[in-house]
Amino acid sequence: MEYFPFVVVAWILAVGLHGIVTSRDLIHTIICLVVVQSSTYVLLLGVGYVTGGVAPYFYDISARTKAVDPVVQALSLTDIVVEAAVTALLLSFAVQAHKRFGTLDPHKLVEFRG
Amino acid sequence: MSPRQRLVLFTVAMAGLAACFAWAVAGLPGFGNYPGPYGPVILHDAVGQTHATGVVSAVNFEYRGFDTVGEEFILFAAAAGLSVVLRRLRDERESRPVDNSNRLPVPDSVRVPALIFTGPTVLIGWWLASHAQTNPSGGFQGGIMLASALILIYLAGEFIAFRRLSPVALLDAVEAVGAGGFAVIGLIALAMGLPYLDNFVPLGTIPGAVSSGGTIPLISFFVGLEVAAAFVAIIGEFGEQTLLVRRS
Amino acid sequence: MIEILQAVMLVMVAAGALAVTRARDRVRQVLLLSGYGLLLAILFFTFQAPDVTLSELTVGTVVLPMILLLAIFKVRRGERGREE
Repeated sequence: MEYFPFVVVAWILAVGLHGIVTSRDLIHTIICLVVVQSSTYVLLLGVGYVTGGVAPYFYDISARTKAVDPVVQALSLTDIVVEAAVTALLLSFAVQAHKRFGTLDPHKLVEFRG
Repeated sequence: MSPRQRLVLFTVAMAGLAACFAWAVAGLPGFGNYPGPYGPVILHDAVGQTHATGVVSAVNFEYRGFDTVGEEFILFAAAAGLSVVLRRLRDERESRPVDNSNRLPVPDSVRVPALIFTGPTVLIGWWLASHAQTNPSGGFQGGIMLASALILIYLAGEFIAFRRLSPVALLDAVEAVGAGGFAVIGLIALAMGLPYLDNFVPLGTIPGAVSSGGTIPLISFFVGLEVAAAFVAIIGEFGEQTLLVRRS
Repeated sequence: MIEILQAVMLVMVAAGALAVTRARDRVRQVLLLSGYGLLLAILFFTFQAPDVTLSELTVGTVVLPMILLLAIFKVRRGERGREE
């Protein structure tokens, strides 16, 4: 268990990148990018985890209780939401490209100019 | 580049990346042995300094507030960029929203639960957005929950109702208030002679109460507005493209 | 106990990532992505991060698949219009 979460992170990153590289469809590429991004959340939360720690909320427990790192949680929390908006922006590019060129295959799209 | 060459290049690059990653992980403390320093310091000080029992919100809207402003403006820019990219092209027209064909053929088994759950979802979203200082909640989760309540209305096949509930002018105004409100709270602190985004509102006496946390619940609320408006605008744009815009 | 749960969720997330990136049909891929979001949310919960769970749950299983589906239907409609 010592390094297993980080192995999983590497695995998610690798399959996501492989999906992007072999993709024949821009929407497929974008979904693979979402998977790649999800590896960063697993990495951040995996680094900040403390064995035996509780979630960093002290409403009904003592503020001295051992807890996991709140900083990485704050980072990934905002990033998840912002990532969705950026993904939507990417999708709008794909939709417009399809309107214009009638295809979402990146191999065919490179033949078009302007 | 042929797919085969591409795959070879990818394999080589991946091998390099894997080596670097393995090297990096070897330098990390093992899973569950986080050594700090930032986390423990914040865990030690946050409740006393901010009177917020939700330390993650305290980090987001207080310690790392400046960074969160940046994140919020990424969201703002993405939503604005999306509406620019998805504008009507010259050879497109919008079919009239009144004709019945725009109502999606949604079965009642979808429509009824979607409409039933709209109210509770709005309530949960509102509660999350306004209780950042106590529980696992905050503007980001609450805002997106509010947006998904409007998605439920959309799923019920009521695109017209969805549009009527979220006119573009209103969304733009809410988004501007959300993004601007956050920045202005920071500027008020500056005007009072404090550092940008410093907590200038009284912190309240009981940590975790609704009135405690100073600027944390305020900022969280504005973030909630911004996130909700941005996502409703995004869904609205895509919905319009799918249901209304046709090539003439 | 929680270690076992974490390990199980990590394995499921790893399998989920593979399934999402391997799928070729667009709609099926979006549905898999939605399930993957749910798996990630449960994993984050076992990592003691309830707020990240809430965020991932709403974004990953509701909002993002919704946006993707809308874009896919727009593209599909364009494809059908071209064939006519």
